This record gives sequence, C-alpha cells and structure tokens, in this order.
Amino acid sequence: MTEAAPQPAEVFRTRRLTKVYDTGKVKVMALRGVDLDLYESEMSVLLGPSGSGKSTLLNILGGLDRPTSGEVWFRDINLATLSDRELTRYRRDKVGFVFQFYNLVASLSARENVALVTDIAANPMPPEEALRLVGLEHRMDHFPAELSGGEQQRVAIARAIAKRPEVLLCDEPTGALDSKTGVQVLSVLDRINAELGTTTVVITHNAAIRLMAHRVIRFHDGQIAAVEVNEARLPPEEISW
Amino acid sequence: MRGLRALDRKLLRDIRRLWAQSLAIALVLAAGVAILLMSFGMHRALFETREAYYERNRFADVFAAVTRAPRTLLPEIRALPGVRAVEARITGMAVLDLPDHPEVAVGRLISLPPAGEPLLNVPLLREGRLPRPEARDEVAVNEPFARANGYAIGTVIHATLNGQKRALRITGTVLSPEFIYTLPPGGLMPDNLNFAVMWLPERMLAAAYDMEGAFNDLALALARGAPEADVIDRLDRLLEHYGAQGAHGRDLQQSHAFVDSEIEQLRNMAVVLPPVFFGIAAFLVSMVVGRIIELERSEIGLMKALGYSNREVAFHYLSLAALIAVAGIAVGYGVGAWMSRELAELYAQYFDFPYVIFANPSDAYAVSGVLGLASALLGALRSAMKAARLPPAVAMAPPAPPFYRRGAIDRVIAALRLSQPTTMILRGIFRWPLRAALTALGIAFAVAVLVSSGFMFDSMDEMMDNAFFRANRQDATLVPTRELPPVALDEVARLPGVMMVEGGRSVPVRLRHGHLSRRLAIEARPPGATLARALDADGNAVEAPSDGILISKRLSEVLEAPPGTVIEVEFLSGRRETAEVTVAGVVTQYIGLGAYMQEEALRRLRREGPRLSVIHVELDPARHDDFQAALKELPRLSAPVMLNRARQSFQETIDQNVTVMATIYVIVAVLITVGVAYNFARIQLSERARDLASLRILGFTEGEVSYILMGETLLLAIIAQPLGWAIGTGLAWLIVEGFASDLYTIPLVLERDTFAKASLVVLAAAAASALAVRRRLARLDLIEVMKTRE
Ligand SMILES: Nc1ncnc2c1ncn2[C@@H]1O[C@H](COP(=O)(O)OP(=O)(O)O)[C@@H](O)[C@H]1O
Ligand SMILES: [Mg+2]
Repeated sequence: MTEAAPQPAEVFRTRRLTKVYDTGKVKVMALRGVDLDLYESEMSVLLGPSGSGKSTLLNILGGLDRPTSGEVWFRDINLATLSDRELTRYRRDKVGFVFQFYNLVASLSARENVALVTDIAANPMPPEEALRLVGLEHRMDHFPAELSGGEQQRVAIARAIAKRPEVLLCDEPTGALDSKTGVQVLSVLDRINAELGTTTVVITHNAAIRLMAHRVIRFHDGQIAAVEVNEARLPPEEISW
Repeated sequence: MRGLRALDRKLLRDIRRLWAQSLAIALVLAAGVAILLMSFGMHRALFETREAYYERNRFADVFAAVTRAPRTLLPEIRALPGVRAVEARITGMAVLDLPDHPEVAVGRLISLPPAGEPLLNVPLLREGRLPRPEARDEVAVNEPFARANGYAIGTVIHATLNGQKRALRITGTVLSPEFIYTLPPGGLMPDNLNFAVMWLPERMLAAAYDMEGAFNDLALALARGAPEADVIDRLDRLLEHYGAQGAHGRDLQQSHAFVDSEIEQLRNMAVVLPPVFFGIAAFLVSMVVGRIIELERSEIGLMKALGYSNREVAFHYLSLAALIAVAGIAVGYGVGAWMSRELAELYAQYFDFPYVIFANPSDAYAVSGVLGLASALLGALRSAMKAARLPPAVAMAPPAPPFYRRGAIDRVIAALRLSQPTTMILRGIFRWPLRAALTALGIAFAVAVLVSSGFMFDSMDEMMDNAFFRANRQDATLVPTRELPPVALDEVARLPGVMMVEGGRSVPVRLRHGHLSRRLAIEARPPGATLARALDADGNAVEAPSDGILISKRLSEVLEAPPGTVIEVEFLSGRRETAEVTVAGVVTQYIGLGAYMQEEALRRLRREGPRLSVIHVELDPARHDDFQAALKELPRLSAPVMLNRARQSFQETIDQNVTVMATIYVIVAVLITVGVAYNFARIQLSERARDLASLRILGFTEGEVSYILMGETLLLAIIAQPLGWAIGTGLAWLIVEGFASDLYTIPLVLERDTFAKASLVVLAAAAASALAVRRRLARLDLIEVMKTRE
C-alpha cells in the first residue's frame, strides 16, 4: 500500500455497515461492520467466497437495499437515510447495474432492452451508441434468446452504461460465462472505465480477475479482510482461468 | 414503433404472447359490456319513449268499464278530488269481414268525441284523417292492422256492429298510447292480421249500440300526486249501479302492463347479468396478472434497479389489464350496438311506438365502458400493488418454491393412497383453495346461465300445453253480444264444420277475501264438459263440486285463500248481489286469473234461469273456411276467439325465439367456460411446467402428464356442475317470481334434460379448453424448461 499521489475524490464511503437478514426463524448476519472507501474513476474488484456478503454490499451501494445499521455515503448523500422514492431517483440517475444472469427482458430486442434505460434517464446516450461501445452494433435487433451468453451480458453492460452512470456496479458479470467469453466482457468493462471514466465495482469469486483492478477488496464472512492497490494492472486479454 | 417506450413494447409483446388468454378474458368482459350497453340503453330508450308518448298523447291514469251509464254522471266524476280530466267513450267489439280475407277478424271499436280530439288517450294520426263526426261509414284503424293487411286509405272493410253489418271506409291510420302492445281477445301474442282497433264517430257508435246520452267506457287523468286508490274507490261507488266492472289503474291496463314488464325485464337484465361477467373478468385478470407478476419477479426487480418507480411498475401491470379491457370494451360496444339494433327491431315487431327516443346513448356507452375498465383494473390492482411493493433486491433473487405443508387435508390425501399424479392434482387444488373455488364458481355460473335460460323453453311448453291442449281444447269460442238461452247451442251446432258444441257462462265478479280482492270472470260450466276444462296440479281435468268454487293457484295466493276458505263473490253484472262460496280446490292455470263453478251452482246463487255467454266449438279441420265464412254472417256474435290461431302464433313466436335465445345463451356459457377454464389450465401449465417436464424426464408418458395438467381443470369443472345446477335453479326461481303477475305466471319446470344439456355444453367447453392447453404440453421443450430459471 502506498500513500503517495493525492487521493482522487471519494465516491463511496461506508462506516460500521451491517446487514442482518431476518427470515423469521434465523437471523443471518450478512455484513458485520464494513468500512469501505471507493474512489472516482477507479475499477475496484470485490473478491470473496460465495456467501461472504458481496452481493449484499453491492445492493446497498446501488440503492437496491438498505443497511441494518451504519453509514453508507454516495459522495455527500447518506443512502441509509433516503426514502424509497429518493432511492429510486438515485438508481435512475447515478447507478448502472450488471448482473450475473444478465436479466434482460426476453420480450425486448437488444436495442429495446437498452431503451428501457434511455427512456427514463436524464442525459442518456442513444441505445445504438451504447451497443456500439460494447461491440454489438450488428446485433441490435436480436432478441435475448438469439444471443449467446457473452453477447447477452454485453447488452446488459450497454444497458447499464447508456445512461452515463456515475457508478457501474457489476455482480459476478462473468459468473455464468466461460473463460473466453468472460474475458470479452471484462475487456468491455475495462474499456468503458478507461474511456468514460466510470467508477466501476466488479464482484467476483474468481481471484484471477483481481489483476485488472485498480483496487482489490478481499471480503470474508461479512467483513473486509484486506484492501490492496495494484501498482500495475493487467489488461483483461491477458487474464485467464 | 418509434416513440413507443421500451416498456410499452414489452407490454404489447406480453399481450401478443398471451393473446389467447387475453382474448378469452376480453370476450367475457365484452359480454358484460354488450349486455349492459344493450339493456341500459334500451331500458332508457323504452322508458323515455313511453313517457314522452304518454305525455304527448295524454295516456289516462284510471280506466273503468260499465254496461251503460248516463253522461249526466260526468260532472260528478269530474268533481272527484284528484281528477284532472275525464273522457267518456263508447266501446265495443265487432266481427269483421275483411276483403280477400277468408278468416273472420275482430275489431275493437272506440268512439271519437263529436267535437275536437279526445282529451285523453289521443290517437296519433299516421296517415289520412280521422272520421268526420257526422260520418256513418268512416273509420280510422290502427296502423299495424292496416300494414299487416296491406290496406290503404280508402279501403272498405265490413263490420257487424250490434247485429248490423256495415261497410266502413278507412280514412286514416293511427297509433295510440293505449295500444302499444295489442292482444286480440283470448290471444297471447299480437295478431295484427286478424285484430283491429277502430276509431269511429261517437254519434254513429251511440246509434248502433243504443248508447245515446250514455257511455260504457271511462278514462281519467289524475292530478299529480293524487292518490289513485282513493279515486278508484270513489269512482267504483259512483258507477256501482251501472254495471261497473271495477275501475283500475295503469297497472292492469293490458298494453301498459306488457310494456312495463319488458322495461322491468331490461332493468333486471342490466342489474343482474353484467356484474356476473365483470366479476368473472376481474377474477380472470387477477389470476393472469398475478401469474405474470410471479413469473416476472426478476423483470420487476430489474425495472426497479434501473430506476423505475413503484408507480411506474404498478402502472405497467395495470396497463396490461387496461389493454385487455379496452379490447373487450371495443368488442362489447360493437356487439352491444348490434344487439341493441336487433332488440329494437324485435320491439318494433311487438310494440307499436310512433317514434323511439334514444336520449343520450353516449351515457350507456360511458357507463358500460367505465364499469368494464374498472373491473379489469380492480382485478389487476392487488397483483400490481404487490409488484410495486416488491423490494428490488428480493425481486432479483429467485422465488422460494411454493410452500406445500402437511395439513389435515394433506394427511387425508396421503391416507387415500392415491396415485402420485392424482395426489398432485388434489394438492394443487388445496394449495390455492380460493383460486380453485373461484374457478369452480365461474364455471358454475356458465352452467347456471344455461339452466336458468333452458328451463324457460320447458316452462313455455308447459304453459302452452296447459292452456291450449289440456284446459282449452276447443277450436273456437264464440261470444254473443248478449246472453242467450240454451237453445242457441243448437243453432251453433248446425253451423258448417261444427262437430261438437259446449255452452258456458262467463260472469264478471269481484272475489273478496278480507281486504284482498280481484276482479275477474267466473266460468260456469256444465257437468262433464270436455272442451273447456279446469286442471288440477297433475294436469287432470277437475270439476267444481256443486257447492264450491275452484280458483287458479295465483288467485288463491293473492287472495290468501287456500281450499276451504270461504270467499265473497260480488256480481258485477245484472243484479248486483253478493254471495259466499267455499274454495273447493286450486286449479293449475298460468295465463290470467281463473275461477270455475258448476253452471247449476252459479244459477242457484244468482236465482236465474239457464243462460249462455260463451259457446265452445270443436271443428272439422277440413271445413274451417266454411265455418269462418258462416261466422261473418252471424249477427249476434261479438267476438269469436279462434284458438287454433292463438295456438299457432304462440308456438311460432316460441319457436322463433327459442333458436335465437338458445344460441345466445350457449355462446354466453361457452364464453364464460372457455374464459375461466382456458386461463386456469394455462396457469396450471405455467406453474407446473417444471414439475411436468421432470416427470417426463423420469419416464412418465405424455398421457400421464397431461392427466395431471387437465385433471385439475376438469375436476373443478365437474365440481362446478352441482353448484351450477343449484345457482341455476335459484336464478330460475327468481325469474319465475319476478315474472309472476295477474297477467300470467311462468311455471318452474326443471327437467333433468335442462341440467344435462347445460352440463354437457359446459363440460365440453371446459374439456376443449384443457385440450387446447394440452397441445402446448406436447410442444414443451424439456431441456429448455429445466434450464430456465424461475
Ligand atoms: N434475502 C435474503 N434473506 C436471507 N438471507 C440472505 C438473503 N440474501 C442473502 N442472504 C444471506 O446473506 C449472506 C450473504 O449473501 P450474499 O450477499 O448473497 O453473498 P455473496 O454475494 O457473497 O455470495 C448469505 O449467507 C446468504 O445466505
Ligand atoms: Mg452474490
């Protein structure tokens, strides 16, 4: 770890963040006091075993869920205190999501899945441009069922970035893909991060992926085990698993 | 599709994917909208038309008939409190001899005042002019009669007025608020070919009927808010000594009563049927949208993650319902408008209105459309709210598998040691008991619709059989202008074609029991009568004992006089005396009120010699025309009632309506059944797709798997049958009660056939729906189903 260059602006900051799932019979402590700082334009990788609370944290950062206690700041907004309506606004204006199972609407074409976002965003790019950014300009009118897994995930990324979000949150974006297609998806994320400067968080339980990140947060049992900053990042094309 | 938002496109594609289900729902909704549009619109039109017609042509409020009363009585009547206007008239019946018309026709004669137009019941001139007051050979006839016979102004017809045959030239055609619905004497259906209403100058009628300075018919208009019953009471007392047969209000005026019952029927239809359809449509929408939302949990989560608000999510699913509703409303408007036109045509055939007022038809459209839309939205509301409230993070996670628990019922199911597929079916039903119950109820309504419409045909048959084949077996009944001595029978027996004659006497009376009373005619018959008879509950001929009276069931009910009750008879003709008789039994009679006595017993009561006032005849079918021709020349005949003609027109009307009505009700029942059963089976398939695919992979045959799929739907359809029979019986009973009046009562005839046919239609429709869904099962891609994550 180095304390050298001036820190870029903070985007996310959490303090003593906890999340307890109460399923009636048992209480599950998914987050046990997380103190996390994420910075502008960085690509962070959240690494940890399955069930360690990564998705829970990402959902809270993205305004999909609320913490049980603690603070979670997006710049100068404490997300923990926002109403449902304000959280919806926050998601609509600031956040792009990419999920493991793509979550495309089956009855909408690639272009229309992207339009789902551009229809309601304040300052979106045209769906065609977003699809061009992920290299799918020739697949715009295909339906999800007509696309491969990797292509579907790239549509999901196009959909996430089309609104020009401030943060891009990706939950196991390569989890359902083979290594080769996974790399294609990662390089798209890398390019977006480089070209648009979008603050990006990628969840994975795949340790190899950490090599492309600015910052690696190791997660274990609802807590941060370690934070590393990579001096030299590897381009995604050179990663394999 | 530029300009449409992506979400809207999803909506349209959802609808396209679910087109069959959406269509089924839309059609059920359409049925509700169409029926509401038609019944509400026609109710309004009929009501307002009648009101306007009554108002403009001053339809009277109170009516009274007397034998003969002096006009000097009129000032006193006018002075009665509450009376606004009085019209005294001379009326009568005449046998008509019509050009090129072999059959004998009957005319009802009504006098026109010597100066100016009548104060009340003003005839509306359609063509030509009214007869001049001094004319002795001019007549105005009701337009439907002229039309039916193809008569024009100037046609001459012959009428026998009080024994004198006259040639009358038609000077005009008219309509009258008194004759919107016109029945010939003894008939059950309008017969414009053989029955005329004729307006003649008062002077001429007075001369013909020996009524100078007198009248025999009275119409009164009341002041607004005047108590009708008081006026009728006072009037009855004033007219007591003039052969009054009792005054009555509009409720007993034949034409009014029939139009009123039609208006009432439309109102009932508007109130009863559409809610059933809307309720079923709402249930179907809720079932389908509920399922869609379950399937689209992840889409809902996604929409929220993307920043769509709760309201937008709810709106999305409500729009789905709204789209289905809009389709249903559009179809409903089309069908409803068409049905309204058809009904209007039917009314034009039976009711003689000079015009029809369609006041604000847009109201009917608005009401039916808004209610249709509201029911669909209401159906979707709960699910849409659920979708809106789903927290995004939870929505993204796959749903927990449906929660089956071992309850008491499950232990019973397990104890039955049924096959696994059967167990699956039963568990499915008890897992969602409300949905299963509502599905069965929906199908039961389809059965009920068929039962409660199907019974009408049997009931009509029974009415017809009772009235025309068992009680009144004569071919014709002759009514002389005044009572005759019994020897007149011989004269009639000698008429050509007459095979048998039977005399009888019809005496106007008021029967009283306590404060309850009814006006009618006692039919007095000779012992051993074989043509005109009274029937007991089993349909066997009965005769009154020598000291008692038989009364029809309806009369026994309204007078609260079961057998054994002593009732008072007030004679309304001749010597106005009262007597007491014992109700000896109850007679099955559906048309009108009836009271029957031995001819001799009546004579004893009245202390009179034998007299005839009706003559029933049986005819040689080959010599009908000769008989008709002879009747035209009979001077003392006032009105022949040709029962053959009545039988025929009643039968024709029923036959004509049976096919139309039966088709409509079958369509309605099939619509409901398919709407409910198809949607239910589709949801079964959707929910069980994985289970069924697993079973297929485990080696179950397609037949075994489709048994599970169709089993639940069909089991519910079968459970629905007895429920449907019960609801249908209840509805039929309500209909019968609703129709019951002094004019006629409908017997509740529920044949096993009616239930069987209803069940057959509904089960067939349910099976077809399940089979249609089963075809999708064959196309089920096993691997695909197992791969897709719910
Ligand atoms: N909705 C929920 N209800 C109950 N427990 C949950 C829920 N979501 C996650 N958990 C539990 O919280 C813990 C963390 O889950 P998650 O954040 O999904 O982990 P990861 O994404 O690292 O695999 C796990 O034990 C999981 O079972
Ligand atoms: Mg996870």
